[in-house]
Amino acid sequence: MAKIIDQLKTLPQRLLTIMIFLLVWEIAVKAGLLYPSPVPPASSVLGALKDLAFESIFWEHTFVSMQRILSGYALAIIIAVPLGFAVGWSTTLERYLDPLLQTFRQIPLMALFPVFILFFGTGELPCILIIMLAAMWCILLSTISSVQNIDPFLVKTARSVGTSQWDMLRKVVLPSAVPSIFTGMRYAYTDILLVLIAVEMLGVNGGWGIIVSSHEHHGQSHTVMYAILISMAIVGVIVNYIFVALERRLCRWKETIEIT
Amino acid sequence: MDRILETESVTKTYRLGKIDVPVLHGIDLSVKQGEFAAIMGPSGSGKSTLLNIIGCLDRPTSGRVLIDCIDTSTLSDNELAVIRGRKIGFVFQTFNLVARLSAQRNVEMPMIYQDVPRNARVKRARELLTLFGLSDRMDHKPPEMSGGQRQRVALARALANDPALILADEPTGNLDSKTGKEILRILEDLNERGRTILIVTHDHEIAGKCDRIIRLKDGVIET
Ligand SMILES: Nc1ncnc2c1ncn2[C@@H]1O[C@H](COP(=O)(O)OP(=O)(O)OP(=O)(O)O)[C@@H](O)[C@H]1O
Ligand SMILES: [Mg+2]
Repeated sequence: MAKIIDQLKTLPQRLLTIMIFLLVWEIAVKAGLLYPSPVPPASSVLGALKDLAFESIFWEHTFVSMQRILSGYALAIIIAVPLGFAVGWSTTLERYLDPLLQTFRQIPLMALFPVFILFFGTGELPCILIIMLAAMWCILLSTISSVQNIDPFLVKTARSVGTSQWDMLRKVVLPSAVPSIFTGMRYAYTDILLVLIAVEMLGVNGGWGIIVSSHEHHGQSHTVMYAILISMAIVGVIVNYIFVALERRLCRWKETIEIT
Repeated sequence: MDRILETESVTKTYRLGKIDVPVLHGIDLSVKQGEFAAIMGPSGSGKSTLLNIIGCLDRPTSGRVLIDCIDTSTLSDNELAVIRGRKIGFVFQTFNLVARLSAQRNVEMPMIYQDVPRNARVKRARELLTLFGLSDRMDHKPPEMSGGQRQRVALARALANDPALILADEPTGNLDSKTGKEILRILEDLNERGRTILIVTHDHEIAGKCDRIIRLKDGVIET
């Protein structure tokens, strides 16, 4: 609670730079500094943003994109977390799997999209798989490094009281690794957004990518496109805050196994 | 008398990136049931490394460790965990207690992993803490306790599953000399009741009280 009050107190400071940015934008456009580029003034974009908030079609598209993001996250976690634990915990497994993983990671994901369509058709599946892959690397790498960098003092203590391998993973490694797994998920969001929009622009059913590309080419609708971009950024900020809050909460779980 | 512990040409080489750091070079050691032995040697001579290997916290690079005539080199990680849990009690210089748990819960921990039923667990933990003069500190957490009290909790934890062998790595290293003597007194007491104790120490006074001194230098035992 005290934290929330603290945050409210600093809110004017936090918003100040954003206000200045909007003001500079407005003035620059009105003064013709950006001419001949078709950037609309901040005020009309904000107006469009307000209209957008009351348009059900926008929320439907947002819902479609969010569903894809969540499915991608879920699949990525199901695969990357156990894999990350295994690779991070077993040096033998790491030796065998690391070269393969490092190679796969270098493949540009969007190049895989046509291949996925060939294999899985044009439905939701290829789209979700691409998002899953985009999310997976960040989560996998942060899981591996958090397991590898687990406090040796903690591990030694747990081993000395006779913890089995399974209990070690469940009660020691998991609580200490989970906060950084969530950090990995938070970082993954940017990667996800990148492929999500690209994939949706290539024409799947609905989603943010569709509304961005459908407004891009209508001259006077540029304003709407900027409004959509801003709304996506706002959603991103909210997602980020949710993850930060979760990380904080899970850090407390981690503290329960601190050794003195 | 029975040999509770035996090491046969134990070596340990740590690998730091591409560099091999040899620490132990062929340790042959045998400890009889009921012995109270001190391991001494200069800093970096491999005392902790040896104790960790004896306690199955770490595996030797080569050679064998026999605990109670069981060859631990043939055991899986989970089987080693059972040996550690049932036959060995550890005490460290740094206490190594879980900060968020009460003294009693800390002592219960090794019993939880050996599936001791709750009632028996609580009873045993309270008995041990009382034995070590901590009956009024059972619900205190380690950060609220003094070093000597913490080490007594750690000793109680080490004894929870009634292990035959106690391994203590500089257990008095973080304590003043008076508190250190108290801890030593407890160890001597345990030894008189038949428990085998192996203690790493820099303190000649402590070593003087032991049945035997094992001197380690540059990863070999000096004779
Ligand atoms: N995990 C490790 N990785 C690499 N080298 C290690 C590791 N643990 C110990 N060493 C090295 O092994 C050598 C022996 O260390 P060890 O802790 O056994 O010494 P020690 O005799 O217990 O010393 P001290 O009296 O200072 O506690 C040291 O040179 C140390 O740097
Ligand atoms: Mg040492």
